[in-house]
Formats: sequence, structure tokens, C-alpha cells
Amino acid sequence: MPGINDILILLPEAYLTVAACVLLMLDAFLKPGQKGAVHWLSVLVLLVGAYLVVSGQPDGSVTAFGGMFVRDGVSEVLKVFSLLITAVIFIYAKPYLKERAIPFGEFYTLTIFATVGIMFLVAAGSLVTVYLGLELLTLSSYALVALNRDSRLSSEAAIKYFVLGALASGMLLYGMSMIYGATHSLDLHAIHAAIVGTEWHTLLLFGLVFVIVGIGFKLGAAPFHMWIPDVYQGSPTAVTIFIGSAQKLAAFGMAYRLLSTGMGDIAGGTSGLAPQWQLMIAVLAVLSLAIGNLVAIVQTNLKRLLAYSTISHMGYLLVGLVNAGPEGYSASMFYAVSYALTSAAAFGMILVLSRAGFECEEIDDLKGLNQRSPWFAFMMLLVMFSLAGVPPLFGFFGKLLVLKAAMDAGFLWLAIAGAVFAIIGLYYYLRVVKVMYFDQPNEGTEVRATSDAASRWVLSINAIALLVLGFAWSPLFAWCQRAFGV
Amino acid sequence: MSNHLLSLLIWLPVVGAIPVLLAGAGRPGLARWISLLVAVATFAASLALLPAYDAAAGTMQLTESFNWIPSLGIHYSLAVDGISVALIILTTFVQILVIVGAWEVIQNRPHQYMAAMLVLEGCMIGVFCATDALLFYVFFEAMLIPMFVIIGIWGGPRRVYATLKFFIYTFFGSIFMLIGLIYLYHKTGGSFAIADMAKVPLTLTEQSWLFFAFLLGFAIKVPMVPVHTWLPDAHVEAPTGGSVVLAAVMLKIGGYGFLRFSLPIVPDASEHYAWLIIVLSLIAVCYIGYVALVQGDMKKLVAYSSIAHMGFVTLGIFIAFMLVREANNPDAARLGMQGAMVQMISHGFISGAMFSCIGVLYDRLHSRQIKDYGGVINVMPIFAPFYVLFAMANSGLPGTSGFVGEFMVILASFSANPWIALFAAFTLIIGAAYTLWMVKRVLWGDITNPHVKELTDVNGREIFMLSAFAAGVLVFGIWPEPLVHLMDASVARLVEQLAITKV
Repeated sequence: MPGINDILILLPEAYLTVAACVLLMLDAFLKPGQKGAVHWLSVLVLLVGAYLVVSGQPDGSVTAFGGMFVRDGVSEVLKVFSLLITAVIFIYAKPYLKERAIPFGEFYTLTIFATVGIMFLVAAGSLVTVYLGLELLTLSSYALVALNRDSRLSSEAAIKYFVLGALASGMLLYGMSMIYGATHSLDLHAIHAAIVGTEWHTLLLFGLVFVIVGIGFKLGAAPFHMWIPDVYQGSPTAVTIFIGSAQKLAAFGMAYRLLSTGMGDIAGGTSGLAPQWQLMIAVLAVLSLAIGNLVAIVQTNLKRLLAYSTISHMGYLLVGLVNAGPEGYSASMFYAVSYALTSAAAFGMILVLSRAGFECEEIDDLKGLNQRSPWFAFMMLLVMFSLAGVPPLFGFFGKLLVLKAAMDAGFLWLAIAGAVFAIIGLYYYLRVVKVMYFDQPNEGTEVRATSDAASRWVLSINAIALLVLGFAWSPLFAWCQRAFGV
Repeated sequence: MSNHLLSLLIWLPVVGAIPVLLAGAGRPGLARWISLLVAVATFAASLALLPAYDAAAGTMQLTESFNWIPSLGIHYSLAVDGISVALIILTTFVQILVIVGAWEVIQNRPHQYMAAMLVLEGCMIGVFCATDALLFYVFFEAMLIPMFVIIGIWGGPRRVYATLKFFIYTFFGSIFMLIGLIYLYHKTGGSFAIADMAKVPLTLTEQSWLFFAFLLGFAIKVPMVPVHTWLPDAHVEAPTGGSVVLAAVMLKIGGYGFLRFSLPIVPDASEHYAWLIIVLSLIAVCYIGYVALVQGDMKKLVAYSSIAHMGFVTLGIFIAFMLVREANNPDAARLGMQGAMVQMISHGFISGAMFSCIGVLYDRLHSRQIKDYGGVINVMPIFAPFYVLFAMANSGLPGTSGFVGEFMVILASFSANPWIALFAAFTLIIGAAYTLWMVKRVLWGDITNPHVKELTDVNGREIFMLSAFAAGVLVFGIWPEPLVHLMDASVARLVEQLAITKV
């Protein structure tokens, strides 16, 4: 019987669910002129949620509902950043939604539900919770992608996302059922104990492969990346930014829970299945790096370019994961956080530069940006160099840590592959900077920053943070390390 | 105060770039004056190094250190020895002249140009101060960003190609260096301090891999044959100030990297592959000299001559191994190393001056083709002597700083192997040939191009700039003693380290 303690442990999630319902009702009853209030209220709701996560954080790790939910350092970091980034996304999205008459209420409520899904997923202690969180997240996301009903591109993206997502979900579920069959348990810790205690057998290995397929799909790692470019391009940019940043934290959390808690790692002395999945993850990493970086070079659409760049960044995240120890997990988590922040700024730039009837989507639309608004050109320059991993920007240190983690685990070849693809990736990021700074603006396309002051300010803070965190990343990294008990 | 002198040197120009940017497009005059003020203040602060630094000891001094990333053992630690001090003062000195040189020339967004130059200056000083390998790497890479922008916005017609090539080429080299550094980090048991890395025992195989990882990073920067091809492109397309900084300071960072990383950390591999570097250096000296001979573009000619002159730097550094380990002649090794250092500083002045001269001509006629000129001395009588002086220095005339370094390196290599000295000495002939031939075609003869008749002579600002370069070239040519003294003890320590084998 669940007691009050269980509810308290789940307080942030419970609060957000209730708040989302209230927001939905509020939106339904407010007059059209007053809907702006929903916007600021939902930002507030998320910030309060982040506060609840931090303030109620226990020392060490506690579980609720018989081990279904885990509240530990890992879930704390991932929850806080998903909530903060989602709040930032709301601020970016406001002028975009307003100009396109996309309904406020649905967008905010669905996004908050998706965020609750992220929180369940990263706090999962059993296969059931993983699946629950994942479905809450993805079902909300399917609807979000289709939010712009009049756009054919949007509908197409939503269908593609839904069909492939359902397929991946099925794969994951199939894998989970095999694991259940082999270990007779749904609880991740119990599964771990069962694997370590006995001879593992073929059924388990098959289960593992299917689970990795599910994770690969969620991360967007090659060869399960096919949905990424189309969904990114087709979704309203306000939704792309959510899929492209906050969701990556969820994917990392899911990978960590399933692979490490469930299937065992090396550092604890109990090897579990880690030697098996290490190599699979390494192969996915190299494929993602290769496909993401090489295909990005030929893109002319900025959103597609960022989509392929995401694929390559997920490759780097996996490079850290290959380490299969706390050092590697903390490096990967740091990478996920740094990527989520950077990618929020990158898509935020597209949102800020777009306006009614004009999507700033083609790379050529940025031509001569430095002459029109040098400040935003400079912000974009910071974002691009951070994505490319050029020091002293934030992105570099994430790369440094994952390469180091791979070398720690003896995967020198993987680190070298990561380095080589960083050089190839550099080319297309530089191309964006080139277009902004060195080219003459196109006649007719007046790229201007939006008139919404809040989103301009937050974007500037977000981009400047990439520079500041390049110097002051130590506390964040220490937080990630503490989460894994390093 | 003196404790934080190095930090001040790094951050003063970087922070100074902010008011320059804020002064904005509306008030270019104000932006220019602020940037000049910042550059002069940085130069003054760098001169304060001379009394603060004890040249006789030759150790790392003015140490600053604080824990940057405690969990990984990464420190923000700075220190300088004589070699760094000399290079830092060169940097701050050249920077003033670059700002002065760009005064009226850069009309398109001067505030951005000046700000980028100041950030670049801060990063370069950071490279010369860093004693933590990761901090070094951060500065080493960070300086690419302002340079990328400088060439890309204010450069010539093919600037985009040149700047992408520049960035990708140099990034390519350094990322393998990064892998090498992470590997060493493991070996030291969790420290990025260069001094700790130097103490780690390594097998010859490990050293060889690390040596080539470092070589990629630094050889591209120097640049050495065959990875030099980005340099002529970058130089030709860069604005005058960009070329000056590139040649005068950025190329030195490659040579400096060899000293800081390759020599102390992988001494045995360095000895093992010294022949390779020496051969590549000789190819640079001789073959690239011939390539320079046929150039029709003045900037390209000087760019190739830079590669040839930097060949002397790598030759001087690596000949020291032959001398210490095989010939057992540490005095000659010291001479060679010393010569390489003097050559670095002197080439800073000479190449900076040559590019400034070409810039002066280009501003007037908008051409860098030698064939478009001729008889310039008739219309620019004040400019011509400067041009001749720098050309003479470039070809290594005794009495100019160009002679001192080359002579020392040739002398040292003679002790190692007379054949090496013979090939190296070719530069005196080829260098004289290409520079003097250029002078002849540009300055002397009759005026054939009617546009040349309309040229105006240098103004006060340009005279100041060229005189400052000329002073550097002459002072160190006639009296190199202070420079040699500044670096002597540090070089001696380096040479002592060469003798210690790790295997």
C-alpha cells in the first residue's frame, strides 16, 4: 500500500501533472485577450517544479512504490535541466506561436506532460516505469509535432514519427519481455542481481539487443536515426527545439537506467552484460559520428543541418557511455547537459529570427546577419563554435570528457575516431559562421530579430552562458560526478 | 600586483575588446583610440616583465596557479621563462603596430577588427604563459576564432576559401595533440601539468606515437613542408594586420610548442626522428626558397620566405639533439637552440615589417603584383629606404637581426655535420636572390605604370610604424646581447634536459 512517503518522493511529478491540468482548464476559460497569462504561468510552473526537485532531494538514493521510482542524484540533475531548458523553450516559443496562431494552451500542457514523462523515465526503477515514462513522453511529442494542423510538412512528420516511434516502442517492449523471461523480474536491480548471479543465456542477449535498438531510436543514433531529419524539419520549430534539447536528457537517462542499473557495469566489480553492450554501443557511436557528420555537410536547410548534427552529438554521448563506469556516465551526462543547452540556443536562434510568413530555415537566410544585427550573429557564432567543440566554449569540454572516458576504458580507437569526425564536423559549423559573417545579405529576405524582448534576452543569456560555462564548468561537472558517486 | 602580472597580460586585451566593441559602429574613432590605449597598456605591462623576471636563473617564474577543475586536476597555471618573456614582448610590440597600421585602412567595421585583434593578442600571450597542457590547448585553439573572423571579413577576394582552409588545417593538427595529451594525463596519474608530463617514463613506442601527435599539431602551425600549403593562401587573403600577426607571432607558436612539449616530454623519440625534422627543415630552406623566387605576388613571396626562415627554427631546435646525444657537444647545441630563438624573434620583426610595407603599397595601388610596380623610389623616397632595409634583413645581411639567428644555426649545424650546414647556408644566396630581385622590380628602374606616378609617400602614421619595426631589426642586428642574455639560461636548461633519456 503506497504511503504518504511515496507521494512525497514523487512530489515534483505529481505537482506538475496537477499544474498542467489546471493550466489546460485555465486556458479553456480565459478570454482570447488574456491568454498571455498562460505563458508566464507555465514558465513559473516549471521553475517551481525545478525548485521542488532540488529542495526535496534526499541524500543518496530513495525509492518509492516498491522500487518503481528512484530519486537519486542522477535523476535530480536530469530533471532540473529538463525543467529549466523547457522553461527557456517556452520563452523562445511565445512569439513564434503567437504569430502562427498555434494554440497556446495545448502547446504548454502537452509539453509539460512530455516533461513529466522525461521525469518518470530518468527516475525509473523498473521496466514498467521506463515504458510508462517513454510512452507519456512520446505520445505527447507526436501530438506536439502535429500541432500546426495546416502544415502538410508537419502532418507528414507526425505520421513518420508516430509509425517509427511505435515500431521502436514495440522493439523495446519485445526486448523487455525477453529480459523478463530470462530473469523473472521487472525491477532493474533484481534483473541486475539475476544476471550477475547466474550464467547469462541467449535469451537475455537477444533482449539486450532489442533494448539497445529502443535506446538507439530514442537517442537518434545511427542506424536508427531516419526519423530525426524529417521530424526536425517538419515540426513547428517551437517543438523541434524541445525534441532536440530536453528530450536528449531523457534518452541519456533511459540508456543509463536500462544499461547500467539493469544490465550491470564494470566498475562495481560485477561485470554483468557490460562487456557485451560496450561494443554494441561503440559501433552505434561510430556509425552516428560518421553518418551525422558526413550527411550534415551537404544540407542547405538549417534545421536539417542541426538534425544531422544531433545525430553526431549522440555519437559523442555514446562514446562516453562506452566507458561503462561512473566516470563515463558522468562524462556522458555532462555531455548531454551541455548539448541540450547548446542546442536550445541553436534552435532558439531560428525562433528568434523567424516571423510570421517567414521561417528562418535555410542557411542562406542567415547571409550577412553580421551587418544587420551583429549581436545575434555573435551569439550564433558562439553556438556554432560550441557545437563544433572549439575551446574555450562549453562544447569543447564535453568532448574532452567523453574522449577521455573512452580512453579510460581502453577504447583508444574510438577516441581517435571521435577526433577525426570532430574535424569533419567543424566544416559545416564553420559554413554557418561563414554565411553570417562573410557573405552579402540576400535581397528581399530581411532577417531581423523578433520584437519580443524576453526571448531576445533569454537567448543572449543562453548563448553567453556557453562562453561563461567554458571557463566555469567545474561545479557542473562536480555535480554530475557526485550524482554517480565518483 | 606582480603576482598577477601574467593574468593581467592575458586578460587586459581580452577584456579591453569589450569597450572597443561597445564603442560601436557609430564612433569608429573612439573604438580606434580605445584599442590603441589597450594595446599600449598591454605593451607597458609586458615591459614590466623585464625587471620582474630573473634572467640569470632561467627557471619558470612569476608563477600563478589556481585549481580550475579540481576533479580532473586541471589548473589555471601560468609561468614564464626567458623564451616566453621574449615572445610575449614581441607580441605586445607587434600588436601596437598592427593597430596603428589599421588606423584608416580598415574602413569596414573597424571596431570589430580591433576587438578581434585584441582577443587574439590575449590568446597568444596565454599560449606563451600556460604551464598546464589543457590551458595551453584552450588558448592554442581559441586564437583560431578571431583569426578566422579577421581573414574572413577583411580579407581579399578568396578569403572564404583561405580562412576555412586555415581553420580546418590547424584544427586538424591540434586535435591529435589533444588525444596525445589525454594519453599523457593517464600516464601521469591525473595531472595536466607540463612539468609532470616531462617526468613520466615512456617507452620508445609510446614516445613515437606522442611525438607524431605533437608533430601534427606544431608542424602545421610552424608550418613545415609538406603541411605548409595553408600559409600562402592565408597570407595572400588576409588583411595586412592579419598577415603581420600571423607571420610575426602565430608561426612562432609552432616552434614554441616543440620546445615546451616535444623536447621535454618525448626526448628519445625526438632524437630518433630528429633526422626527419632536419631533412624537412632543409627542404623548407632550399626548395621553398626556390618557390619564393618565382612568385609574382609580393605577399606570396614573403609568405614562402617565411616558411623558409621558419625552417631555420626547426633546424636549430632539432640539430641540438644530434649535438647533445651523438656529437656530445652541448655548447654547440646551446648555440643552435639559441639561434633558433633569436631567429624566431627576428623573423617576427622582419616578416611583420615586410607585410606592413606590402600593405602600404597595396593601400595605394590595390595590387600586390610585382609587375604592376617599378620605379616606386621616384615617387616614394621616404618609403623606399625602409623597404630596402627590411629586404636586406630578410636576406640575412650582417648588421640586421636576420643575420644573427641564421648564422648561429648554421654554425651549430656545422659542428653536427658540414653537409647540413652547407644546405642551410644556401638560404643566404636564395634569400638574397628573391628579395633583392623583388626590390629591383618594385623600387628601381623607370616608372612604367602610369598609376605608380600618382602614388603618395608614406604619412606620419606609417613612418612611425615602419620606424618601430626598423628599430627592432637594427637593434637586435647590431647588439643581440640583451636578447641572448634574456633567453640564455632558459635555453641552457632546455639543453640539459635533452641529455636525459627516458627509456
